[in-house]
Amino acid sequence: MTETDKTVKTHKTPEAEDRVKIKARRVNVFYGAAQALFDIDLDMRLNQVTALIGPSGCGKSTFLRCLNRMNDVIDGCRVEGDIYMDNQNVYDETLDVVELRARIGMVFQKPNPFPKSIYDNVAYGPRIHGMTQNKEQLDHIVKKSLRRAGLWDEVKDRLSDTGSGLSGGQQQRLCIARAIAVNPEVLLMDEPCSALDPVATAVIENLIHELRQRYTIVIVTHSMHQAARVSQKTAYFHLGELIEYGDTSDIFTRPQHEQTEAYISGKIG
Amino acid sequence: MSLSLYIMTLFGLAVFSYFLGLKRIRSVVAQQVTAQQRLVPTVPTETGQAPISPTDTTETGHAPISPTDTKQHSVDHFHGLFLALYVFLPPMLLIIIWQACAPFVTNYLLETQLVTIFGTLSQGALNIQIAQVKAVYNGSLAAHMVSEQTTLGVAYYARIQQTFSIILPVIATSFAVVGFMFAYRRIALRFPARRHIEKIAIWFMIAASVIAILATLGIILSLIFETLRFFGKVPISEFLFGLHWSPQIAIREGQAGGAGAFGAIPLLVGTFMITLIAMFVAVPIGLMSAIYLSEYATQNIRDFVKPAIEILAGIPTVVYGFFAALWVAPFMRDMGAALGLTLSSESALAAGMVMGIMIIPIISSLSDDVINAVPQSLRDGAAALGATKSETVKQVILPAALPGIMSAILLAISRAIGETMIVVMAAGVAANLTANPFEAVTTVTVQIVVLLTGDQEFDSAKTLAAFALGLLLFFMTLALNILALRIVRKYSENYE
Ligand SMILES: Nc1ncnc2c1ncn2[C@@H]1O[C@H](COP(=O)(O)OP(=O)(O)OP(=O)(O)O)[C@@H](O)[C@H]1O
Ligand SMILES: [Mg+2]
Repeated sequence: MTETDKTVKTHKTPEAEDRVKIKARRVNVFYGAAQALFDIDLDMRLNQVTALIGPSGCGKSTFLRCLNRMNDVIDGCRVEGDIYMDNQNVYDETLDVVELRARIGMVFQKPNPFPKSIYDNVAYGPRIHGMTQNKEQLDHIVKKSLRRAGLWDEVKDRLSDTGSGLSGGQQQRLCIARAIAVNPEVLLMDEPCSALDPVATAVIENLIHELRQRYTIVIVTHSMHQAARVSQKTAYFHLGELIEYGDTSDIFTRPQHEQTEAYISGKIG
Repeated sequence: MSLSLYIMTLFGLAVFSYFLGLKRIRSVVAQQVTAQQRLVPTVPTETGQAPISPTDTTETGHAPISPTDTKQHSVDHFHGLFLALYVFLPPMLLIIIWQACAPFVTNYLLETQLVTIFGTLSQGALNIQIAQVKAVYNGSLAAHMVSEQTTLGVAYYARIQQTFSIILPVIATSFAVVGFMFAYRRIALRFPARRHIEKIAIWFMIAASVIAILATLGIILSLIFETLRFFGKVPISEFLFGLHWSPQIAIREGQAGGAGAFGAIPLLVGTFMITLIAMFVAVPIGLMSAIYLSEYATQNIRDFVKPAIEILAGIPTVVYGFFAALWVAPFMRDMGAALGLTLSSESALAAGMVMGIMIIPIISSLSDDVINAVPQSLRDGAAALGATKSETVKQVILPAALPGIMSAILLAISRAIGETMIVVMAAGVAANLTANPFEAVTTVTVQIVVLLTGDQEFDSAKTLAAFALGLLLFFMTLALNILALRIVRKYSENYE
């Protein structure tokens, strides 16, 4: 898309900021016969938060799932096109999907804690990847992850209780803690704050700021304010097409596309 | 008129009343509407605001839905049903009660009649007379075979029966009529027919559960009663702790030590061993095929394999018994011979293995269902963390499905414990107390069959022992079920 190229050019800071972590090219996704995404070209940069916005059903989650190949497990879902992460094709036949997913963390739209204790939920990733040598290290990771997700104070006395016994918002934060416990390079977040109160939302947004220093983050959100607050780049999707992409500040102040403007100002979606 | 014909007529009447009920409530509603129209004439106003209720009548086709007291309470259907049930249920209840009590009444009447015919009779003679009368009446005894006095009794008995067969429909029909009139009058706009129906439905369900409970209770009580009689002949400690089972000795009356062969331990050990072997076969195979089917197999394979496994469940157990006795057991004996061992052709191993095969579909089918019920989002969550498929299965899916899998296994165990045919054919009837799976053993159920086949006296220790074994089996499965419930509850707390 031309917009994409434009913003790449007009982007100010060169160097690290500009390093593209994930590059999607001509991505088309089909659910059976129905096409959900049309020729998406999108770059997600290191140390930046890319926000995906757009009306419900426009394909934001679908795009997010392409990045860590979670669409593979959906029956009848077909992905065409190329997605590169660090110049390696994610859809390469020889690529180890399990390894890829270990590098790309994901927080789902609906919280999905495992039917295990809170502790085991967070410790799950570190355990399967053999990230720790002993219990102390694991304890440390669990504690740190829960604290960063803003859940520690609420659950520190009931770590052995089951994760599904938490409230919806707590479960969502548990899932965030679970995802960051494995230190992914990329974090995909699908509406992570939709069930959270303003305080917890602020905690998560702070977390996103903090994580940005090290990771690449892609976040789907329905809150324009949140997109404006946390992201550096924003992509506006509509009916499976990428309508506009650019610096968040540009998109929100001078959208190029009238559809984008209408959506941002609350006229559609 | 025969009773079943009468009940069918009654049912027809009930259906008819259903439609009468519909008609009735509709006419009531129609009256209401006209009354209301007379009260507040509907004038379509120029301002566009209806003068009557905020909601119009057109929506339901009935009265305006303004205040609740003029709105029809229950939809037509419930009024019809209400009337139908009031026509059908009272006579039906009467018939059921009548059927339960009539024999006592007729017997009593016949008895008094026979006493007046014969003068005083001894209880035994009276019973014989009653039996004769009934036999003649039923036609199973020719009329000329009995005395003249008895023939009088037969005539009397026939009269009673005839009177009853006339009285019953008459009373029942009057019940129906009264029920109809009662219900018909109650149908009104605000009559809560739906709630009445609901209550009747609840009573039906209560009745059903009471029947189920009574049946169970009756069976258990009879078991307990007969078992107590057994323990009157054989001491309970003997039965529970005795290491020797050979009830055949006991029937030779007068023999010394005749009562000393009712130790149930060998049977319990045999049951336990065969069940254990069956579980060793069935649990891994069943569980793994369930995991394969639900997690790895494509839809095409699934569509083919799942029914194929379930066919196993449709094979009669006697065929499995065949299979065990004619193929598996000789095969194992030959294998043993090849290894230089002499094995009997009847063995716990053969029976247990074949029983295991029989149980596979129970475990695989139920486990497959519970594994499928584990939400996809959990699989996604694990996959997104970089878990492999087998890690996901082992660490996320199986724990989540565990309560269901446990109950599948326990169901399979109860099935194995209760299984008889395979054991009779493959493991034999010899009550050896052994831990060697290559020897012949026997189980509780098999011994019950052995005890009760053939002509038996009803109060010999041998026959009564069957009841004791039955009770034992009952307690074993009960304990298993309680255990299953406990486990499921415990894990449900952790994994729900
Ligand atoms: N598993 C699926 N099978 C079939 N169609 C799907 C599936 N998942 C998504 N779709 C379709 O793809 C389109 C995009 O869905 P997607 O979930 O990506 O939307 P979204 O932008 O995330 O919406 P929301 O904001 O409501 O989460 C929708 O039309 C949806 O119906
Ligand atoms: Mg979505």
